[in-house]
Order: sequence, then C-alpha cells, then structure tokens
Amino acid sequence: MNAMPKAIAIAQAAPLLRVDKLTKSYGHVVGCRDVSFELRRGEVLGVVGESGSGKTTLLNCISGRLPPSSGAVEFDTSRFGLTDIYGLNEPDRRRMQREEWGFVHQNPRDGLRMRVSGGANVAEPLMNLGNRHYGKMRSATIEWLERVELDTRRIDDKPRNFSGGMQQRIQVARNLIHGPRLVFMDEPTGGLDVSVQARLLDLLRELVRDLGLAVIIVTHDMAVARLMADRLIVMKDGFVVETGLTDQVLDDPQHPYSQLLVSSVLQI
Amino acid sequence: MSNQPLIVVEGLAKTFILHNAEGATIPVFDGLGLEVSPGECVVLAGESGVGKSTLMRSIYGNYLPTHGAVRVLHDGAYVDITGAPPHQVLDVRRRTLGYVSQFLRVIPRISTLQLVMEPLLENGVDPIEAQERAEKLLGALRLPKAHWDLPPATFSGGEQQRVNIARSFIRNYPVLLLDEPTASLDAENRAIVVQLIKQALDEGAAMIGIFHDHDVRDAVATSLFNVSEFKVAA
Repeated sequence: MNAMPKAIAIAQAAPLLRVDKLTKSYGHVVGCRDVSFELRRGEVLGVVGESGSGKTTLLNCISGRLPPSSGAVEFDTSRFGLTDIYGLNEPDRRRMQREEWGFVHQNPRDGLRMRVSGGANVAEPLMNLGNRHYGKMRSATIEWLERVELDTRRIDDKPRNFSGGMQQRIQVARNLIHGPRLVFMDEPTGGLDVSVQARLLDLLRELVRDLGLAVIIVTHDMAVARLMADRLIVMKDGFVVETGLTDQVLDDPQHPYSQLLVSSVLQI
Repeated sequence: MSNQPLIVVEGLAKTFILHNAEGATIPVFDGLGLEVSPGECVVLAGESGVGKSTLMRSIYGNYLPTHGAVRVLHDGAYVDITGAPPHQVLDVRRRTLGYVSQFLRVIPRISTLQLVMEPLLENGVDPIEAQERAEKLLGALRLPKAHWDLPPATFSGGEQQRVNIARSFIRNYPVLLLDEPTASLDAENRAIVVQLIKQALDEGAAMIGIFHDHDVRDAVATSLFNVSEFKVAA
C-alpha cells in the first residue's frame, strides 16, 4: 500500500465533496434543512445527534440514495470532475457509486447478500466493475479477508453463519476492496458488543489512515466520534447547530444542544 | 535562526457559557497577549483555577476563544488557530504545534510503540525508521521494554505520562505546549524530561509550559507569564 499518509493528503487536497444548502422534507416534515459543508480527500467527518435529528436523511441524500428537495451534492468524480451527482443520469450516477464510493450499513444484512458466501460478497464489487479473472479476484478477496482479520478458511461460509461482528467485517471488506475514495458509514458499530465494537473501530481507524480514505460517519456515540472523526457536525431537528474540530466540539461545545449531548455521556 | 516569534497571542478572551446550567457565564481571561520566539520557554504562572490550562487549550484550538487571535508560524506564514478551517488546524498540529497534556487519551488495542510512531508515520517517515526512533526514545525515557508492545491503558500514571512525552518529542515540533508534563514523574525521570526540553529549546523550539514543580520550572523557563493579570472578575 503506497497511499499518501492521510494527514498529508488532507492538507494538499481540493474538495472531494461539496454539499450546498441541502434540504430534504417529507411533505411538511423536515428531514434536514440548509446543510452545507465540504469534505477533502482523506478527511473523516462525523455527523452526530440523537435519533430523529436528520443524520440518516442527510447521509442518504449525500450518498445518492435519496434525492434532496433542494440544494446540491457535488462530488469530484474521476470521469467528469466536480459534478452535481443528481445532475448525472441514472447509469452514470450508479457507476460512480459503484466505482468510487462505499457504504457501510449499521445492519450488515442491509449491506450483504445473505444467500451467497462471505467470499462472494467481498468479491462482488470487483465483478461489478468488470473484473473477470477468477484467480485474481479470489486472491484479492483472501487478502481483504485477512486485512479485516477474518479466518480465510471460512471464505465459502454464508454470512448468516458468521457472528454480527464478523458480518460487519465482511461488509467493511466488501466496501473497500474496489479502492473507493469516499466511504459512508451509518452507525457501523451500532449493533455490536462493546468489545467487538472496540476491535472494529481500531480496524476502521487503521484502514482509513492507511488508505487515505475520506469518510462520512454517522453516529450517536460520542466515543466513536472522538476516535474516528477529524471534525464533527452536530445536528438537531434537521439543522446543523455546530461544526468544528472533533476535540473542540467535544471539549468546548458552544451550542446548548451540543453541550447537552456531550454532558450526557456516561463516564466509566 | 530568525527571531521572528513562532507564536503570537493577541487580545485573547475566553468566557464559558453553560447553557444547561441556567446560562451561567464563567469569564476566564480577557485582552491576553503573548509572544514566544525560538529558544524561549514561557512558563505560565498564577494560582490554580486562574485559567492556565484554558489558555493552553485555546492556543491548541481545543477550546474556542471568545475573542482574539492565536497566530502560529506555519510554513513561513501565520495561521490563526481560532479562525482557520479544521483541515488547516490539523495540518498545523501535525507539523508545527505539539501538545503534551496531563493525561494520555488512550486508544484501545494500539500498542505503546505504535502510539509513539504515529506522529512520524503521519508525516510520511518510513515505518522502519519510525520504529527505530520510537524505540530509542522510549529507551531514553526508561520505559520498560516489556511494555512497548502493550496498549498503555493499564500503565501507571508516570508511565502513561512518559508515553505522552515520547509522542511529542519523537519529532521536532517548532512549537510545543507542555501542560504539566512532569506532574507524575519521579526525580530521575523528571531530569530526563528536563534534558529533552532543554535540547529542543537549543534546537530553536518555542514553548509554553505549565509546571507546578519549581525545580523543573527554574530549569527550563526563560520567562514567566502571569495569567492572573488578565483574569476577569467573575
């Protein structure tokens, strides 16, 4: 792996993603309102807030899965440069999502195909990108199973035969094998035991640094935010109420809601 | 070596507003100014609670000052930490501005050696060289070799503090903030840290420090800065 160290990539890079005045309403109910930010190569952005604050709506809009009511989502695509993703036609947008993005769901069942083997799940993105050399795909799959610390002898087992933490590792491998530049994560450690969660977070943290990935991670867990994110946006009732460096937002929150959120974390 | 200050604090004010405590307002300091040039170690003075740590954290960008500027010389130009975009603050921290806090924020499962190597790896240093330098420094700080492959979560306070010190002295940060780096160390380890600090100063680092230990303070301070002069009455 000869990716640039993450921090160097961030400092040098131009925006990879630009979100401008993004609003999504469901009838008269607001999902998220007037959200604007930029993301650079290699930067990890955490989106925090309680349930119903609009985090997931925002993530779905940005990741091309839910057209916004107004506003723009621009991504620096390899084929067209910085482009409004909802201005692309459907095939081009899907191709960009497949080639340049990954999406790790909270529930591995939403991100995996449960009827095919773990190995096939990991290899599938390569096939979708037109790879046909079976031996190469198999060796890439084995390499990725090793990187996410899974027993490669279980390559042919179905996902349902793996534990929740292992399923999540398969999902991570499936979303990184094709070398995406931007990965979305929706509460990636949400459903896991604390010890399994800690191991997965370390793994994600390492991979993000080594691959120089840009990540948008949605979480309601401040400890996950602190460990993973370079900077945070805090959402409440669909609005961004505060943004800033992760340690500044967590150690000196300014908005009443951020202060409440941070002070509500239980100490052990 | 140019004598241009590496850090310039101007008109700095910090007031905490606790919205969930009936909007309680806690003013800390106001109109605070400070400059530190290469080879200088300014030691913050003033009784406990006067705002020394708040000032340090405001300079590092960990706390958001209410007014004023914190300019750090980075790549030949001043960057105002209080207003720069996050990626730029992170870049300043990565290459220019180091910080030794009182407590090590440990990351589960990451070994001591990895933690100490991390600032080098983030700056593109070859992993083999990074490991050699980390081992040498941990050895100099007399951290038992058996500990190097362990995460520091279970270490004693003094051992954790030495890991923290190693992370900040593993590379030559032009500006270093030291928040009681010797608080939980015994006399011999304190002397080793004093040597590290003096060596960095000789090489042109600019430092701002908090030291409650008078021996350490007298050994490294080039001047004292009394934070209580800028104290705002509550």
